[in-house]
Amino acid sequence: MSEQIIVKERDEVIVRFSGDSGDGMQLAGNIFSTVSATVGNDICTFPDYPADIRAPQGSLTGVSGFQVHIGSGKVYTPGDLCDVLVAMNAAALKTQYRYAKPDATIIIDTDSFGAADLKKAAFATEDPLAEMGIDADRVIACPITQMVKDCLAGSGMEPKAVLKCRNMFALGLVCWLFDRDLNVAFNYLREKFAKKPAVAEANISVIQAGYDYGHNTHSSAMNVYRVETKHKVPGRYMDITGNKATAYGFIAAAEKAGLKLYLGSYPITPATDVLHELSKHKSLGVTTVQCEDEIAGCASAVGASFAGALAVTSTSGPGICLKSEAMNLAVIMELPLVVLDVQRGGPATGLPTKSEQTDLLQVLFGRNGESPMPVIAATSPTDCFDAAYMACKIALEHMTPVVLLTDAFIANGSGAFRLPNLAEYAAINPPYVPEELKGSWTPYQRQEENGVRYWAVPGREGFQHILGGLEKDNKTGAISTDPENHDLMTRLRQQKIDAIPVPDLEVEGDKEDADVLIVGFGGTYGHLHAAMDEMRAAGKKVALAHFKYINPLPANTAEVLRKYRKVVVAEQNGGQLAAWLRMKVDGFAPMQYNEVKGQPFSTNQLIAVFTKMMEE
Amino acid sequence: METKYTAQDYKKGQPRWCPGCGDHFFLASLHKAMAEIGVAPHNVAVISGIGCSSRLPHYMNTYGMNTIHGRAAAIATGCKVANPELSVWQVSGDGDGLAIGGNHFIHANRRNINLNMILLNNRIYGLTKGQYSPTSPRGFVSKSSPYGTVEDPFRPAELCFGARGRFFARAVATDAPGTVEILKAAHAHKGASVCEIMQNCVIFNDGTHDSIYNKEGRAKNAIYLRHGQPMVFGENNEYGLVQEGFGLKVVKLGENGVTIDDILVHDAHCEDNTLQLKLALMEGPDYPIALGVIRDVEAPTYDEAVEAQIEEVKAKKPYHTFEELLLTNDTWEVK
Repeated sequence: MSEQIIVKERDEVIVRFSGDSGDGMQLAGNIFSTVSATVGNDICTFPDYPADIRAPQGSLTGVSGFQVHIGSGKVYTPGDLCDVLVAMNAAALKTQYRYAKPDATIIIDTDSFGAADLKKAAFATEDPLAEMGIDADRVIACPITQMVKDCLAGSGMEPKAVLKCRNMFALGLVCWLFDRDLNVAFNYLREKFAKKPAVAEANISVIQAGYDYGHNTHSSAMNVYRVETKHKVPGRYMDITGNKATAYGFIAAAEKAGLKLYLGSYPITPATDVLHELSKHKSLGVTTVQCEDEIAGCASAVGASFAGALAVTSTSGPGICLKSEAMNLAVIMELPLVVLDVQRGGPATGLPTKSEQTDLLQVLFGRNGESPMPVIAATSPTDCFDAAYMACKIALEHMTPVVLLTDAFIANGSGAFRLPNLAEYAAINPPYVPEELKGSWTPYQRQEENGVRYWAVPGREGFQHILGGLEKDNKTGAISTDPENHDLMTRLRQQKIDAIPVPDLEVEGDKEDADVLIVGFGGTYGHLHAAMDEMRAAGKKVALAHFKYINPLPANTAEVLRKYRKVVVAEQNGGQLAAWLRMKVDGFAPMQYNEVKGQPFSTNQLIAVFTKMMEE
Repeated sequence: METKYTAQDYKKGQPRWCPGCGDHFFLASLHKAMAEIGVAPHNVAVISGIGCSSRLPHYMNTYGMNTIHGRAAAIATGCKVANPELSVWQVSGDGDGLAIGGNHFIHANRRNINLNMILLNNRIYGLTKGQYSPTSPRGFVSKSSPYGTVEDPFRPAELCFGARGRFFARAVATDAPGTVEILKAAHAHKGASVCEIMQNCVIFNDGTHDSIYNKEGRAKNAIYLRHGQPMVFGENNEYGLVQEGFGLKVVKLGENGVTIDDILVHDAHCEDNTLQLKLALMEGPDYPIALGVIRDVEAPTYDEAVEAQIEEVKAKKPYHTFEELLLTNDTWEVK
């Protein structure tokens, strides 16, 4: 049989696992991406899950998806449309088929396509494939449920537990389709279920069964893909989600600064995984307090900062609304604080599990008074590490709250992360008040070079002082309503933020002669970069300038933006970065592409839009 | 030899409260109590919210913050958890602590964080010039309730106990010895301790605590509770409290054969707070107002438990640095 297998070389493939929320699609997808990363492929993943905790089984609203993009070279996005769609039930096929390429391979569990399943999925006929216009030759129709039951018949497992292994059968099939080494998956499961070896072995036998089924039944009809590894920076890698990378960035910064890491937080989708991750690492001295509300999450972090810790609070957009008051307190008290906003769809509760970039103006301006605050936006799951580290460094060295923006897309997505060597990261030196200033020091005394006040941590004799939300006299630190003093303090706070050094804005692509400059920020980097790459491959002159540092803006911002004849700012909001840039760069009048769908950009859509703009 | 401090060592600045304001009296007692407690000023953090009484940190030669309205307990929580070595005092008025800050008040008590929480209760919003507060009695006439309020007040002890508070004490601002006594007890108590200070606002709610504001009034209308002592009160200790049915009853010693042996003995350490709550809720004219330490029960504190858990996990888990943490993940080598 094996000589009949047609092996197709591919630079990249996209697989989408879909099924009920409870079907374990994320686990299957995670194992597949790990297995692929282990052979050196680059990976990028995207979970797309419903807001309902558990919608009715088999219903259209209960479908959850997990997309994995693997490539031989650099992979920037989870991809637009998939090459392989796994649909564990009729509702999944109905809702997810739109994410499949026209020639995609479809894997379905025929046992979940009964009359009742079809009805729940709102199919009108008994032939869902024909109804959706899917060519049956592209479909691996397999009675997955029955085969899993048969496979685990002698295991003594409860029927419910047996059904939970369906995802592993699908995974086995996909591993066959991509010629993957199952041992990596086996090791993953043995580690994950270390305390339940029987569960691990059951899952393993089901993966093997899925693989064998593919090999024995379909190898004559289907293609097997192979994605080779081309080039990579040598080193040790792991698969990491954006939220985990963010948590690691905080831990790394605390260690570098020699400070206790304190997280005050309140559970909120999609930021909660940061709280989960940090709560695990008490062996590194990390202190996490799950507070009574978002307000207390931020307020307690301000208290922890005053007490001398590296203080962080994590949330998503609705939480920022509630934290704003305490963030502002940190502004006027000039205490270090990192506020993580994992953006989701808004306004109000909005789309809790979906991704947007709609909090930018809120974090820049959403506070009373003149309240300048640095804002950094991470550009990819792995960049969350560096962005979190830098947010901490700026907060601690410049005595200011800093907002770190990520979004649901990069927070839940993952990528191959080269293990960082902390020794190579810039030192973090908070401006502790020098002992020789004892007796003369006042709380708002500033360092000449950067306008940063000194930090006197409680416990140090002779530096007792009172901070607070009321305006203070610049010289004495006492409460002051003097008009000139308030004006001065307002300016000093602004100047301090403006003086924070940030790296120059980098231009990628056709730096010198681009016909259009694409501009974006934060989590859309991958899609914008992929769009630029494809347009350049098609012979167009395109460049990309992607903002990670938003406040203060890089010093060369105006120079870059003015250099190109056409500039398009593409963002997942109504034009917030464009508004900020127009405010900061005189005469800047970009074209805009705005999308607020809660879904990642589609590279193809971007290419179409940018191409049209170039022609206008 | 430990350094000895005087009240002067904790003083700073010139208070700006109205002449006669109860806050002046309380501040003097706090300075005195601090000196008697003897924690060095640089190891003390005093954290307030917003309101007249929340100006207090400015008059302390300690570390401190005069923060934002209602959040003092939450800010103090982070301060204490991040640095358990500090003696943390949280100062709020009835509006700051129980209205806008009510949520943080109950959760700080529930978690049992080792904070000394001072509630300066004048039953009015003073800084905003005279609106009713969550401790103003029903029917209270103020600028925002010209026809009287139509809502019932919080009784702070009830709220504290309802949140599983382990320490509750009460003093009158003008009663320096009584105030110093409960502040010292609050400091000695490990865990969240609430001290309700009955404090008069001379401008907007003058006389609200009149029945107990001077020594004579307290002799008639208050009872000082002390752990292990019989609950007697009156100008000549001629009255006492006994239990009757589900409630308390005031009796006169020597009448109807009542002797000192019939009088309830205060047990502040009793886990069950039923009687303590009854004592805390007593009101005139039928009952004396309870002063002193009403409840003082030891329980594990949050900040200590956090530290202990960190030490426990450190001993158990093999990774203690960021580099070691990285290697707990599944990794692969690219050459």
